Amino acid sequence: MTHQSQLRGLSRRDLMSRGTALGAAFVVGQGFLLHARTGLALETQALDPGTMATLVQLARDIYPHDRIPDDAYLRAVAGHDERAAGDEAHKALIEDGVAALDAMAESAGASGYLGLGWEDDRVALLRQIESGSFFQAVRGDLVVSLYNQKEVWPLFGYEGSSFEHGGYLEHGFDDITWI
Amino acid sequence: MAAPFDQNDDSVVVIIGSGAGGGTLANELAQKGIDVVVLEAGGRHLPEDYVNDEWDSFAQLAWLDMRTTSGGWRVARDFPNLPAWIVKAVGGSTTHWAGASLRFQEHEWRVLSEYGSIPGANLLDWPITAAEMDPWYAAAEHKMGVTRTNGIPGLPGNNNFKVMEAGAKALGYQDVHTGRMAINSEIRDGRTYCHQLGFCFQGCKYGAKWSTAYTEIPAAEVTGHCEVREHAHVLMIEHDDAGKVSGVIYADADGNHQRQAARVVAVAGNSIESPRLLLNSASAMFPDGLANSSGQVGRNYMRHMTGSVYAIFEQPVRMWRGTTMAGIITDESINDPARGFVGGYEMETLSIGVPFMAAFLDPGGWGRSFASAMDGYENMAGMWLVGEDMPQASNQVTLHPTLTDQHGMPVPNVHFTDHPNDIAMRNHAYAQGAAVYEAVGATRTFPTPPYPSTHNLGTNRMAENPRDGVVNKWGQAHDVANLFISDGSQFTTGAAENPTLTIVALAIRQADHIASQMAAGTL
Ligand SMILES: Cc1cc2nc3c(=O)[nH]c(=O)nc-3n(C[C@H](O)[C@H](O)[C@H](O)COP(=O)(O)OP(=O)(O)OC[C@H]3O[C@@H](n4cnc5c(N)ncnc54)[C@H](O)[C@@H]3O)c2cc1C
Ligand code: SF4
Repeated sequence: MTHQSQLRGLSRRDLMSRGTALGAAFVVGQGFLLHARTGLALETQALDPGTMATLVQLARDIYPHDRIPDDAYLRAVAGHDERAAGDEAHKALIEDGVAALDAMAESAGASGYLGLGWEDDRVALLRQIESGSFFQAVRGDLVVSLYNQKEVWPLFGYEGSSFEHGGYLEHGFDDITWI
Repeated sequence: MAAPFDQNDDSVVVIIGSGAGGGTLANELAQKGIDVVVLEAGGRHLPEDYVNDEWDSFAQLAWLDMRTTSGGWRVARDFPNLPAWIVKAVGGSTTHWAGASLRFQEHEWRVLSEYGSIPGANLLDWPITAAEMDPWYAAAEHKMGVTRTNGIPGLPGNNNFKVMEAGAKALGYQDVHTGRMAINSEIRDGRTYCHQLGFCFQGCKYGAKWSTAYTEIPAAEVTGHCEVREHAHVLMIEHDDAGKVSGVIYADADGNHQRQAARVVAVAGNSIESPRLLLNSASAMFPDGLANSSGQVGRNYMRHMTGSVYAIFEQPVRMWRGTTMAGIITDESINDPARGFVGGYEMETLSIGVPFMAAFLDPGGWGRSFASAMDGYENMAGMWLVGEDMPQASNQVTLHPTLTDQHGMPVPNVHFTDHPNDIAMRNHAYAQGAAVYEAVGATRTFPTPPYPSTHNLGTNRMAENPRDGVVNKWGQAHDVANLFISDGSQFTTGAAENPTLTIVALAIRQADHIASQMAAGTL
């Protein structure tokens, strides 16, 4: 994954002009996905960039944390692209899964999954596929790849490793006052 | 002769596994001058290697070889290849354990007499009494430095404990304290005191928590009577024409098969691997598996009635700071059938970090309800419920008919279904746990399902009568005099208490027995 204008020597502005907007958050072009606000860019290896953008939304719908930014979700699903590069079956699972989701949304009158504006409407589709292998693969991976990012822990208040501070003995292990 | 020992040396005691049972037995025998070879499937990791990171630590220490599951338990659905959370390393699961060290209650040594026969449960009295165990418990508590014994002060209470304590008191519970923990509250035995790291489950980087990895094992090694062979995965136990065990075959670090001769073999691989090894050692003389004339090898698998209750409050708790298992309510551990079940349970604080909370709060859960629970993490308190479960003959570790592991050994399948008594107890415990937190203002509580088993018991059980169990009151196989079981698989029943203190006490006692039998020439 590449940050801020580092992709193929192109600036964020160049990338914006080479892609098309997908949903509110992303610009996708040939082999890349750009998060418009942060400039975080992902050069896709195997999956269609539009598929990746859908996966990001799907990830947010599975574990909706309104205070967690899109780039954390993007990092969380990036592993599917890496895995798909060496694993045709996985590539097919993801591409077909997203295509099926888009088709479901289209038959509901929307322009694909990302065209469904309300989370409730997207979740209603997900409830129909939640026991299937595509959903299980995405959710099973995400529960680790999202919550195991040290970058998101502060949003849950979690402080993680304490050994380097000498433990919580001098750092509030018993500082509760309201009880 | 001094360690290392020759592979053909048939005077040594071979111990399989270096955890609570095996590590303790090794040290006790070595201190008595008996030569021991410990074969341990895992590598050696010490406090400087442990990491304060849940998944990284899991990858470093957990037993990840293929296992399968079946039965009605939810683990079979949510974690089909992870029935249990067990460590593969020198020190075994004592690297991951929380340190709670409780004695069985008197009646828990004779539950068939106490509870009567329960349909579907394979209950039995232990062939040992509480009075007989007293001195061995005292020795174990001294060895492990258990707080609130031997004049050792209790640990200070952390935030998570304070919430549980206040709720317990509001509810009228009487017996609430920071536990009997094998964690130093002051410098002892050359190890420092608890610095409240909050990563007890990841290996204690301060070495404040007792673990055979850095207590029993090095103490055994310095005697010159103990050799620990790492990355030595035992595949089968051999016997001679007289039906005595004579040696073991193991795969070394390179996967090559080796043989170690033995005068005595003690199996301490934890309650999935130990019966697996006996079953895999079937021969013409022992067609159903070694020491299995009773048919009980692998049966009566117990994992304790467990579950957790997490609760969200209006204000922060920050439960992850400090000792993972920071306190206990023991009021519900009595046997009071008026509650709708026999046996009792303990309520013990528990905290897991964000990564494990996501995986275990409601496995498979997703959507707003799940995410909003995670959003409340900072304001969460948590407790673990652990109680006596019913041994059932059909809850069983068996060899998988087709799947094999990296060494070509059939993988174990773990079949488990709750007994109605387990379910009734869990429901009671969920309600009481929630009530504790609601009494001090919880706005939302979560009855969290059992994790993959951390307490694995009963699969080579002890019984007076050879018809009913695999080993006698010394953990000695009824069928094979020089074969011992030295881990939690020898438990006849599980009691409400966390098992390790009892495993250690039994191992100390067993060492005494082995030494005296060897001296008498009967072994
Ligand atoms: C997260 C967690 C928290 C816990 N907290 C507590 C607690 O607070 N209190 C408590 O009482 N208990 C607790 N326990 C349980 C405790 O760890 C176990 O009861 C105890 O360690 C079991 O001892 P054991 O000797 O049976 O097996 P283990 O300690 O698991 O040791 C078995 C060893 O045998 C090795 N082995 C297995 N098969 C083979 C083979 N074929 N060849 C060679 N080596 C082999 C394994 O690698 C392992 O090192 C906890 C467990 C976990 C996972
Ligand atoms: S809280 Fe105490 S026992 Fe637990 S890991 Fe930290 S120092 Fe060790």
